[in-house]
Amino acid sequence: MDRIPILKLRDLLLVTIQVDMHDRLAMQLQDELTTKISETGARGVLIDISSLDIVDSFIGRMIANIAAMARVLDAKTVVVGMQPAVAITLVELGLTLPGVRTALNVDKGMALLESTTRAIEDLPAADAGRTE
Amino acid sequence: MSAATDAVIPRILKANEADLLDEWLREQLSAFRAGSRISESDLRGQSREFLNLLQQATQGGNIADVQGPSYGRVRDLLGDVSRSRGLQGFSPSETAMFVFSLKRPLFTRIRHELATDPDSLATVTWSATELLDKLGLYTTEVYQKSREQVITRQQQELLELSTPVVKLWDGILALPMIGTLDSARTQVVMESLLQRIVETGADIAIIDITGVPTVDTLTAQHLLKTVTAARLMGAECIISGIRPQIAQTIVHLGVDLGAVITKATLADAFRRALEMRGQREPLLKPR
Repeated sequence: MDRIPILKLRDLLLVTIQVDMHDRLAMQLQDELTTKISETGARGVLIDISSLDIVDSFIGRMIANIAAMARVLDAKTVVVGMQPAVAITLVELGLTLPGVRTALNVDKGMALLESTTRAIEDLPAADAGRTE
Repeated sequence: MSAATDAVIPRILKANEADLLDEWLREQLSAFRAGSRISESDLRGQSREFLNLLQQATQGGNIADVQGPSYGRVRDLLGDVSRSRGLQGFSPSETAMFVFSLKRPLFTRIRHELATDPDSLATVTWSATELLDKLGLYTTEVYQKSREQVITRQQQELLELSTPVVKLWDGILALPMIGTLDSARTQVVMESLLQRIVETGADIAIIDITGVPTVDTLTAQHLLKTVTAARLMGAECIISGIRPQIAQTIVHLGVDLGAVITKATLADAFRRALEMRGQREPLLKPR
């Protein structure tokens, strides 16, 4: 049985989808990811879908759902590396993933997450100085 | 039809060659109104060759069968004539006139020849009409085909021409769109833009619609789809080159471009794109 690994990277979670997504796998990912976010208190989730070349409406909806759930758990989600064909399909299906941040690759996604989380952290830490 | 009446047409063609040619040329020149686009000597050459070949072809006996092997050279000549006329800008009827104008001189000769025999006069006239009609239709067909080839080639060239994706700066792409946007073209445009975004890793794409003459709801929808697809991949789109009339049309149509950055000119869009990149990293990295 395929499993999608969820890697913890400092205060981020990195999910790389490298197998064909099927419905049960998506449900399982949703389950595990939410558990992992609450366990680790991660501030950001990075979902790399660069090797995903086929999506259907269900998988599209799952991606949107996962992002929404992560937001409820106070973690920002960035979907990175979407293939052109996948993007066109999602638009044609009417799934524009509102509220989901996107980036071209993991590198840029990481930079985007860091800039948003740091901006928030900087607020209370302004007088106390940087702890890093 | 008997072999005797069949033989009349080639005989008349052979016996009256010079007279037929002169009369036929007069007919053609009057039809063209002073023969503006083709010189008389060219026309004379083409006509003489056609008469010659036609005479040879009709001698084979089976004169109604214009698709047969005996008419091969006649068909070749007609093909050349109508192709060259198509390129010179003649109308289809003017091109077909080449063959049809032979009717009057030929029929006069036939009547003259068979004045004493009404039965065979009718038969021969009928077969001559049939023959010239078929040849005339063939001319039109070739003319149409050559025009269609031109149109197909131009369409393809247009499609290739219309989708250049240019790199303006590190991480900034521009897509100058020219011409009317229909579904097929937008699909090509969208795919090539998204593909280039993946290849270059660009964050920002500027879609310039200065060259798009009109925007309707369908065009606007296509644009929005492209913008959304690019956003899903992690690139931001700016739409620029919106002319005043198009801005009015967009608002009157009730199209919501609220989520998209729009600028009046490409220069404004480029400045904005540089600003957006400047927020993320230093603008000019030393190399």
